[in-house]
Amino acid sequence: MEVEAGGTVSAGRVAIAGVGMHPWGKWGKNFVSYGVVAARTALKDAGIAWSDVQFVAGGETVRNGYPGYVAGATFAQALGWSGARVATNYAACASGAQAIDSARARILAGLCDVALVVGSDTTPMGFLAPSGGERRTDLDWLRFRLVGATNPTYFALYARRRMELYGETEADWAQVKVKNAKHGLANPNARYRKEVSADEVLASAMVSDPLRLLQICTTSDGAAAVVLTSLEYAKRHGIADPVKVAAVSTVTPTFPQTAIEMPYLSTDSAASVAPPERLFRDAIAHAALEEAGIGPEDLSLAEVYDLSTALELDWYENIGLCKEGEAARLLHDGDTTLGGRVPVNPSGGLACFGEAVPAQAIAQVCEVTWQLRGQAEGRQVANANVGLTINQGLFGHGSSVICVR
Amino acid sequence: MPEAPAPAVDGWFTTDAEPQLIGARCPACGTFAFPPEVFACPNPRCESEAELERVPLSSRGRIWSFVVNHYAAPPPALSPDPFEPYAVAAVELAEERLVILGRVAEDVSFDALKIGIEMEIVVEPIIPGTDELVWKWKPVGP
Repeated sequence: MEVEAGGTVSAGRVAIAGVGMHPWGKWGKNFVSYGVVAARTALKDAGIAWSDVQFVAGGETVRNGYPGYVAGATFAQALGWSGARVATNYAACASGAQAIDSARARILAGLCDVALVVGSDTTPMGFLAPSGGERRTDLDWLRFRLVGATNPTYFALYARRRMELYGETEADWAQVKVKNAKHGLANPNARYRKEVSADEVLASAMVSDPLRLLQICTTSDGAAAVVLTSLEYAKRHGIADPVKVAAVSTVTPTFPQTAIEMPYLSTDSAASVAPPERLFRDAIAHAALEEAGIGPEDLSLAEVYDLSTALELDWYENIGLCKEGEAARLLHDGDTTLGGRVPVNPSGGLACFGEAVPAQAIAQVCEVTWQLRGQAEGRQVANANVGLTINQGLFGHGSSVICVR
Repeated sequence: MPEAPAPAVDGWFTTDAEPQLIGARCPACGTFAFPPEVFACPNPRCESEAELERVPLSSRGRIWSFVVNHYAAPPPALSPDPFEPYAVAAVELAEERLVILGRVAEDVSFDALKIGIEMEIVVEPIIPGTDELVWKWKPVGP
């Protein structure tokens, strides 16, 4: 196993020198205001001046007009033009990780020592919807128009498969919300910090049968930022023993992807080519684990995209924490609860945050960083030294980041 | 004057008495695709430059999964007023090995829906009262 305490493996690693978040909530303020708070918090955490940042990678927000499309430059301008290079990354729910990836690649290429990655959003109430106008060649427009297929529709299709294949019930999934709500109680950045009982979950309104309101994450305003540096820079600047990024996976699906993905109206056809060894979500996790040189058994914790409670169970299997069909047992045995073998979503997950698309993958990395530093007060995973984040979004996007210490 | 009902998108399904979905098929490797607008064969290892053929797809398949939605989807989705819950089914076509989403036809009891039952294509207005037609799935039955 390549991961050793004290960072004896340095190849392909960058330092996470600082992390920062603006709390998640719903205030409708300009997204830039949240991003500046997160950026400044991360820079302060790193002890690095904004004027020393050489590269800014922004996670794009598509709901805030032009400034959102060029988020990297928008944040750079808001913090004060410094001549730094910028990039803006859009990868749906994986945007923040793609931004981390572009900063990381630049550092590993030796083109940059210090990078700032920022993602921020301010979001509408209710379902995420396409921008106005008529676009009959845009599948994201068409899936709403032709089928009324919201994002929860897709989550519910997957959830019903779990009932059919594994005999799970909504009572099983309710325990994911109960667990995550408890985890989030101690998280100052969480939007929802309140225990939730299984009864409350099962009494909440049915949204996309079989998923109820409290089984599905909401959308939120929020911002997160990380400061990445080369290992040499971290050493020169007295950042002792930083958390390091050991892997970033942003793979696309492999043909034929035989499970239906958002926002498509059809799967790939398996008529002429056999399905790949791993379907999409499994492949996202596998690529990160392989790059980091570890297996799922080496993980201290995981932050997964619980867009729905049932999807969190899918993730346990996709990561390889257990075999297919065994995720509910892992949950009920307490393995993925704080204090258990491999806590999942010690932050409280999307269940306690809601989704702020361009910020969320960065927020996952912030949590893993705090955990590995021993700074996750009130929700600390004991002896955390390897953490994995994972998520998935529309149009073949997904990501996984592995951090080590 | 109300417009005559017409497909919400052209070329994706027929509107005759026995409607069919129209997909694309690669003449070189036999891969199918739906919707039929593809820019190249979706099989990444197929090097053929031949144009994909438009072919009718099987009009029956089995439910892979389904949901019942209890809230109106936002625009551009169409929703009746007052809102009525609606079902969406993902149906697997056996020969083409495609799983295709579609609303479930009007006047189908949600209790009738189960994973594995056979469904067939029908063409209807997206919601009652609109002139935009779309394919939907309906249980095959007596």
